[in-house]
Amino acid sequence: MIKTHRNHPLWYAYALHRISGLALVLFLPAHFYVLSLALTQPERLDGFLHWTEIPAVKFAEFGLVFLLSAHLLGGLRLLALELLPWSPKHKTLAALAASGAVLISGTFLLNAV
Amino acid sequence: MDLRLYIAQRVSAMVMIPLVFAHLGVMIYAIQGGVSAGEILSRTQGSVFWFLFYGVFVVSVSVHGAIGLRTILSETFRFRSLTLDAIMWTFGLVSIFMGARAVSAVTWL
Amino acid sequence: MPREFVISGLRLFWSTAIMNEGFSEAPQRLVEDKKDTILSMTNETTKMSVKVWRGDKSSGSYQTFEVPRQENQTVLDVVTWIQQTQDPNLSYRFACRVGMCGSCAMMVNGAPRWTCRTHVNKVLDGDTLEVAPLRNLPVIKDLVADMDPFFDKWVDAGGHHAPSASRYDDMPKISSDEPERAEANKSIECINCAVCYAACDTVAQNPDYLGPAALQRAWTLLNDKKVDDHDAVLEKVSGKGGCHNCHSQGSCTLYCPNGLDPMRAIAGLKSATIKRALKRGG
Repeated sequence: MIKTHRNHPLWYAYALHRISGLALVLFLPAHFYVLSLALTQPERLDGFLHWTEIPAVKFAEFGLVFLLSAHLLGGLRLLALELLPWSPKHKTLAALAASGAVLISGTFLLNAV
Repeated sequence: MDLRLYIAQRVSAMVMIPLVFAHLGVMIYAIQGGVSAGEILSRTQGSVFWFLFYGVFVVSVSVHGAIGLRTILSETFRFRSLTLDAIMWTFGLVSIFMGARAVSAVTWL
Repeated sequence: MPREFVISGLRLFWSTAIMNEGFSEAPQRLVEDKKDTILSMTNETTKMSVKVWRGDKSSGSYQTFEVPRQENQTVLDVVTWIQQTQDPNLSYRFACRVGMCGSCAMMVNGAPRWTCRTHVNKVLDGDTLEVAPLRNLPVIKDLVADMDPFFDKWVDAGGHHAPSASRYDDMPKISSDEPERAEANKSIECINCAVCYAACDTVAQNPDYLGPAALQRAWTLLNDKKVDDHDAVLEKVSGKGGCHNCHSQGSCTLYCPNGLDPMRAIAGLKSATIKRALKRGG
């Protein structure tokens, strides 16, 4: 539920940064686990990677790439506004970060299918 | 969040900026024509560069993720600070351990 | 003690803001002035439905009033009309009615605003208006929020003058062109209305967080040459509830009725604390 006082671009930028961060942090252990299969059970890793050919999984991967690029670009925006000489162009930067994330994840999707 | 956690959060973020850009690039490049264990391993095994790359990445992402998780648990679920610190350290250390296993799996010859 | 001194000073200032329970003469006069208009309005003109928060510290609910619309009407006019004509028990706070004192801030249709400077036209949602006490603060009664936590945090953030010279010393000469002074000037128009505090989600989620107003005050002190101990200022904003909790949601800056930019001030504190930490480390 978006309350009135939250209905502005920088709050949405915050929400995207938080949700993407949470999703990535939860994905991380799974990511590490699957890769470490190469050490112990290489055949299971390949089985797992075949699984990524399924369209639904492809789409989930696209989602992860989107979240990663959104978190990266949103984080760059935050570092810039906290540490670089102040610029009042927050909304522009937030919009650029979001569209950059769409661009990167879109490229991934196009390459994946 | 106090100053120490804030600095750890921001420093780990800055370290990861080039790493994440590279990671995204590799993903987009590697996904072409599908991925296989063989393909990944032929790129990474025995490579000092990828060992260092993923090694630094694992440590930074564990620090960054653990602090971020702590913030969310604190703000959204109002955990007490002792619980928060316990979860932060557990997550961070488990993540470094699992990450180290993954890095050694894909870069060791 | 400076802390007690500052708190009593703030209390004194706030006691001049009327906590109105139907005894004040000011709104009476206000209504007398407008009586003719109001009477003619009640007969024929359109009405709006105004939901007003009624209750105390422990519980409460919205009560709906039908209030006549006027062409020029602020939210404070609406609340006053309700108290004068519908229910004299309605409690709310105001003093200057012209955006000088900062005592009439309330949540209007979900956003924190000075009710005296908010025209109904601007915020009316269909024909309904929802008025509630400021968010993130305990309720005393109806629309009156308890400002103590807000002022306590202002003091906790070092928001008082710590003198570094005596009356026998010369006044420091500070040119208004100095960058530090120019920086401090951007924030000194804060009148403690707590609109930013009510707008901030980080305040809502973290009871220790000092909040935008108090941190912005610390930022002005950091840029003030008359303040001797800048390290102490940075120390006070580096703790558990300090500036590093801010997530730059920007609601403070968006809603500040004085057009100030607390988010920018807090970003300034963040980088100042980092610089200090790096200096100490290296």
